[in-house]
Amino acid sequence: MVRFENVGLRYGLGPEILRDLSFQIPAHSFQFLTGPSGAGKTSLLRLLFLSLRPTRGLVNLFGHDVSLLGKDEIADLRKRIGIVLQDFRLLDHMTTYENVALPFRVMGREEGSYRKEVIDLLKWVGLGERMDALPPILSGGEKQRAAIARAVISRPQLLLADEPTGNVDPTLGRRLLRLFIELNKSGTAVIIATHDITLMDQYEARRLVLHQGRLHIYE
Amino acid sequence: MDQHGPLVDLGKERPQVPARARNLSPIVPRGSIAGRALVAVVAIMTFLASVTTGTVLLVSASAAEWQSEVASEITIQVRPAAGRDLERDSAAAATALRAQSGIIEVRPFSRQESAKLLEPWLGTGLSLDDLPVPRMIVARVQPGTTLDLAALRKAVTLVAPTASVDDHRAWIERMRSMTGATVLAGIGILALVIVTTIISVSFATRGAMAANRPIVEVLHFVGAGDRYIANRFLRHFLRLGLEGGLIGGGIAMLGFGFSESIAGWFSGTPVGDQFAALLGTFSLRPSGYLALAAQAVLIAAITAWASRRTLFATLNEID
Repeated sequence: MVRFENVGLRYGLGPEILRDLSFQIPAHSFQFLTGPSGAGKTSLLRLLFLSLRPTRGLVNLFGHDVSLLGKDEIADLRKRIGIVLQDFRLLDHMTTYENVALPFRVMGREEGSYRKEVIDLLKWVGLGERMDALPPILSGGEKQRAAIARAVISRPQLLLADEPTGNVDPTLGRRLLRLFIELNKSGTAVIIATHDITLMDQYEARRLVLHQGRLHIYE
Repeated sequence: MDQHGPLVDLGKERPQVPARARNLSPIVPRGSIAGRALVAVVAIMTFLASVTTGTVLLVSASAAEWQSEVASEITIQVRPAAGRDLERDSAAAATALRAQSGIIEVRPFSRQESAKLLEPWLGTGLSLDDLPVPRMIVARVQPGTTLDLAALRKAVTLVAPTASVDDHRAWIERMRSMTGATVLAGIGILALVIVTTIISVSFATRGAMAANRPIVEVLHFVGAGDRYIANRFLRHFLRLGLEGGLIGGGIAMLGFGFSESIAGWFSGTPVGDQFAALLGTFSLRPSGYLALAAQAVLIAAITAWASRRTLFATLNEID
């Protein structure tokens, strides 16, 4: 599903922050991406999400060499990827329900066709009572759950999550992990970038460890 | 993709969802686009464009009217000369004119009428016997006839050697060049108005895109293509353009609608007379109003086009 070969990344004329990354993310797989702060976890996620282009090397996503893709093709590929960012990126003028349903709206689906699904998921992540609330009045944890719900609602083939349990209590963290596991069982490849050792210890999965720009894989 | 079961099973907790659809918020909120300033700019530009076009149409119509009037007449001037009888020469010239084909009416100006023509300059009580004042004959030409001017001139000068024939060609040429210059100036002003509109709209679009950058980024995250995102913005700009066009074009049309009354207020004053001489009755024909309406729609379309162009350029920069 994802193949990196000797991928390097630098910002401008600065030093290479990711070096010679070569790895594969198989379909239906589950992995944690970890490493110290500044190791390049977010940059790697952005490479995977195609919002950054590598300085060198080959990135192959869903069978496509991304260096050959145009903007429209990238947009189409992104519909198959869900992403949860640390700063949530919710739209403040839309309710929680509307934010979570946004991927379906962009796909052009009728509201009636996805309403139940969105409401079920909001209940599952504990936002059933906050469906009509606007993001500015949500707590950090609620925003994070809404962002996760938006990333998983369309059942992407690949889910990228950047510190998805950073703002929630351990109980809710376990619940969210269960959601990611369920999603993985239904066919989605999951990459969770996290510092949280407790979270990683709760589920036996492959670990990708970034250190000084290089990637070490522990199967 | 929609064929799968629910992502999470809530069992008995499953909420009862009403069948009717919710009213979803617009993806790009209208309030986030600085609309009022843009509507004002488009309205002012449409107003200026409409006034320019309306004035060009009025001048062109008046000039065409003058031209057709002037072109349907010729003037014969019989000058006094030593040893010639002016009255007899005038009568002979008038008779020669009547004999020409294509001439439908001949009107010689009598001695009294000639004195009347000179009254504004020389005052009343003028005795024409003391002055070498030529005698005028005005002949009306059948519309659509091409007059053989050389034959006419020959026939008239044969009976009145001091007569000269003027078909007002010089005046018509001057009028044509004046109308042409007015139309050119109008086109120039319209071009400036359109360029200014495009620049203003581009600035407004860039501003709106900058203000809504977080929305654009989130839409990219959820897989929206540039076309989808641009369309969300475009509908706002098209609406703003139409609003501006409607206001500016509407005010201009009302202005032209009332222009007859306005011209009436100034009639009798030197300015009013000058305008009346230049622009006739100051009233726009129905086709003129249609042209102004089409122009307002065109400016709204230009607003949408300029906005779309800027949207795609800005989206290329974002990502």
